[in-house]
Amino acid sequence: MQASESDLRALMIASLDGDAVAYRALLDTMQTRLRIFFGKRLSRDTAEVDDLVQETLIAIHTRRGTFDRSQMFTAWSYAIARHKLVDHFRRSGRKPTVPLDDAPSLFVEDESAGVEARYDIEKALESLPPATQALIRDIKLRELSNAEAAQARGMSETAVKVAVHRGLKKLGSYLRSGGDVK
Amino acid sequence: MTGDIVAVLSADLAPVSHWYVARRLFIGAGTGIILSATLMLVFFGLRPDIHHAMGAGMFMTKQAYTLAFAIIAGLAAERVARPATSGRGRIAWVFVPLLLVTAVATVQLARATPHGRIPMVMGESASVCPWRILLLAIPPLAGLVWAMRGLAPTRLREAGAVVGLAGGGAGAFIYALHCTENTAPFLAAWYTLGMGASAFFGWLFGPVLLRWDGSYEQETKQRLFMADS
Repeated sequence: MQASESDLRALMIASLDGDAVAYRALLDTMQTRLRIFFGKRLSRDTAEVDDLVQETLIAIHTRRGTFDRSQMFTAWSYAIARHKLVDHFRRSGRKPTVPLDDAPSLFVEDESAGVEARYDIEKALESLPPATQALIRDIKLRELSNAEAAQARGMSETAVKVAVHRGLKKLGSYLRSGGDVK
Repeated sequence: MTGDIVAVLSADLAPVSHWYVARRLFIGAGTGIILSATLMLVFFGLRPDIHHAMGAGMFMTKQAYTLAFAIIAGLAAERVARPATSGRGRIAWVFVPLLLVTAVATVQLARATPHGRIPMVMGESASVCPWRILLLAIPPLAGLVWAMRGLAPTRLREAGAVVGLAGGGAGAFIYALHCTENTAPFLAAWYTLGMGASAFFGWLFGPVLLRWDGSYEQETKQRLFMADS
């Protein structure tokens, strides 16, 4: 679940060379991430979210030849997702009201369990040192920027990034091993 | 249902070439260029003095100028055909031929007698030149639109302008094989206008013309549906 940009890009490059195992892993990860991406933007209409996840996965598949191997995979794939979302809004005659550029959250593994997951994250967060807890709440839950959080806590931006990164890593292993998160 | 989608898609995986985007654009543009050249030969004809003109500086300048626009815009199209990438870095290179030809035109105008300047700019075909370029730009532009719709541009106006300019450059290159105008001011004014008009046309209609062709997705969906039942 914590696949980084370079992991995903490596999977994508292997996929373009015909590695079906890598491709499966990539699509699995993207399926989860796209659920979160669309879930955040579509007021939790599950059928709509499912549709868009499917649309985007298919577009990733049919247009995979447009991926430049030196490009960022996340930039490429979320640009497709955003394109599909805008298309969806255009077709349904709505205008997007949420910013389209925030990064996918690493937290929620299954959007059907959104509320429980949030509760579990609160529990998981409590296993971290208080300072790290506060930073993660600021940045990932309240969606402050790194710079804003750094200013609020009187830390350097780099220190914030490092602390958040370590915290998320711990949180991830906590969720995977311990907590009763699905 | 989305559970199976990963299985179906990964069962459908075939290796993809590094040149996928370039090849598709090339096929689209190439088909259009052949059609456009045929149109030129049938309706306008090669300039009668083509053998004589071939070595002349001005003939070569016209061909080089228009070819430069076509190639630079084509290279930019290869960027903007991909999600999240922009062709701006590459398209900026068109200022090189543009400034060079404008400079030569300025020198020629400065050297001409006051009475000679207007004819130098207007030539004998100023009123038809941009229109014919625009006409000959349509087939390569259409080919590039076809190519783009199967790729994945996410900046549709920019992509439209870029393929418009590439089509305009190709159309102008073909038209220059017919046109007998021999001055840099004419080239700088009317050829540039024709190519620019094609780019503007692309910019204007990009968001409509370059909507992704859904037939590829449709095919995959059908396979998904079959896997489901």
